[in-house]
Amino acid sequence: MNVHEYQAKALFEKFGVPVPKGAPARTPDEFVGALSLLPEGPTMVKSQIHAGGRGKGTFTDGYKGGVKFCKTKAEAKEVAARMLGNTLVTLQTGPAGRKVQTVYFTTASDIKKEYYMAILLDRARSRPVIVASTEGGVEIEKVARETPDKIFKVVVDPAYGLADYQVRELVTKLGMAGAEAKNASRFVRALYGVYWETDATMVEVNPLITTGAGEVVALDAKVSFDDNALFRHPDIVALRDLNEEDPKEIEASKHALNYIALDGDIACLVNGAGLAMSTMDIIKHFGGSPANFLDVGGGASREQVVAAFKIILGDPKVKGILVNIFGGIMDCDVIAHGIVEAVRLVGLRLPLVVRLEGNNVAAGKATLAASGVSIVSGDSMADAAQKIVKLVA
Amino acid sequence: MAILVTPETRILVQGITGDFGGRHAGLSLDYGTRVVAGVTPGKGGQFFEHGPHRVPIFNSVADAARATCAMVSAIFVPPPFAADAILECADAGLDLAVAITEGIPVKDMVRVKRAMAGGRTRLVGPNCPGIVTPGTGEQSHGGCRIGIAPGYIHRSGHVGVVSRSGTLTYEAVYQLTVRSIGQTTCVGIGGDPVNGTSHLDVIRMFNDDPETRGIVMIGEIGGSTEVEAARWIKANCKKPVAGFIAGATAPPGRRMGHAGAIVGGAEDTAAAKIAVFRECGIEVAVTPSDMADALVRAAKARGVSLS
Repeated sequence: MNVHEYQAKALFEKFGVPVPKGAPARTPDEFVGALSLLPEGPTMVKSQIHAGGRGKGTFTDGYKGGVKFCKTKAEAKEVAARMLGNTLVTLQTGPAGRKVQTVYFTTASDIKKEYYMAILLDRARSRPVIVASTEGGVEIEKVARETPDKIFKVVVDPAYGLADYQVRELVTKLGMAGAEAKNASRFVRALYGVYWETDATMVEVNPLITTGAGEVVALDAKVSFDDNALFRHPDIVALRDLNEEDPKEIEASKHALNYIALDGDIACLVNGAGLAMSTMDIIKHFGGSPANFLDVGGGASREQVVAAFKIILGDPKVKGILVNIFGGIMDCDVIAHGIVEAVRLVGLRLPLVVRLEGNNVAAGKATLAASGVSIVSGDSMADAAQKIVKLVA
Repeated sequence: MAILVTPETRILVQGITGDFGGRHAGLSLDYGTRVVAGVTPGKGGQFFEHGPHRVPIFNSVADAARATCAMVSAIFVPPPFAADAILECADAGLDLAVAITEGIPVKDMVRVKRAMAGGRTRLVGPNCPGIVTPGTGEQSHGGCRIGIAPGYIHRSGHVGVVSRSGTLTYEAVYQLTVRSIGQTTCVGIGGDPVNGTSHLDVIRMFNDDPETRGIVMIGEIGGSTEVEAARWIKANCKKPVAGFIAGATAPPGRRMGHAGAIVGGAEDTAAAKIAVFRECGIEVAVTPSDMADALVRAAKARGVSLS
């Protein structure tokens, strides 16, 4: 689960990570109240959407920049009025963009130098790793590629936690000394607290800055949480913003379906994540393009199959459907009945290829054949994929 | 021979009184697996009844192991309590804990893995279909089935299968079986970022197992365990290996944030992993329909008989 910058920063403050003074506003009426919490002077206005690249983004009405520096609070109020309710398109939002439903005002900081810092899981070691760089405010992938010597890592032993010597070493590598180093050490510890205590999968600060006064501050904040751990963090669940999620994905999660929309025109309905991914791959291999990832789970029920069909057909791009079920434990005939029922319910007119394999498959195939519903049968994954690609071409 | 478990292995099931655990304990008994104990705290002294079978339930793993000599556990405990269930196996000194549970928090697994490091108990999973060593009866009856895989699709033979995904494993096993190519053992290591046993751990075991003549390795995007295994295979494994990587078309934005690319390196995309497979002499299945055939090609090239 992801949260907005202003929510992440509120969490940072709770754990003692310094952030610039700020206040969010959801309506124009709230602008004055929010701005009154900040001192007079240079102010930043930041569009709150769950996507990166906001500063370089463009609104659909042509207005440029989702993050803006303003000399005065009065100017900030005007800029906020342009952003709120407007749709921001960035490199990460796709061409449709995202509607800005909250703006965040912060005091503009006196930046001495920008850094990068993130904490996430080092999969190879199964331990948390802190990644930091002296090159902040830029694309970190580019730094990793071009100047990997400017990236420093600290792997944390979960049995002991983050050790003092590790923090000292990291801060020294970042070239800090004196009061700055002391503040940076406190910052790293507090940020690790956010990561560990909230079950975050990633905490990223880009840029982390030092100021002329020797302070160390998080100018931006990105936090993703482990969905599997949300059951023990009701306070974080409360931060969920459904406006930032695909309505089809929300609907799917209600039926315990795992659905991700893609750009293609062949919808897939598959049981199991690995098989679902490889079904997308094989469609692409034979020249088609998948419209979605949809995993109905290892033991899909009839109700789930019906719900899955409705979600798939909610996507107007879909020109054909491929159902790929390997019924290991579950009965292929049950699934076949689910497919027939779904096709009748939604009045399907698109080409449908079904590949059934596994438990009680003969009965399942017979059910499909006897239903009178127009279904093309695939013998293997390859055969089914080739058939659906041909049918939508 | 086989790896990890044989048809004689006695297993206990943690969470046997739950719907999920009970259902699959029953299916394992039907398959002929020696399910000798169940564990559900507070239900010690009761029995799990399934057809002619009457399996005693114990309050703790230690009690169950002591009373029945079961040294292998199948874990079906719900996610909030699963980490604890795994640690209980380690504390009881079992040989093997197979965690089927899906949805365990990453932090729990980070702590569990650290706690188990250097200990005697091996963990397979979590979020995995389990392990099957097929039997020699009809439809591989009489084998050891730990977890949720369909037993009947297997066939006793000489190919080892290791995979991160469930249904994709069944797909591979089924392809082998319909070609009359049997399996020594099929191991699902699970799809979570932190798991107990890696591709490489299993490949080493297959390499050392005299009965295993060929290996199918199935991976996914993300992480680098397939790459690690491939490099080891190139240097050490004389047996034919076929590989498949799922997720070539998966949208990258839906995985990790930017920092993930630095930690994982550039080797965690499907294309990168496939390139490493080729470089390491692994026969690549170009589509998921090609997994068994890829192994047949690899075996033929080395003059190895799989059946």
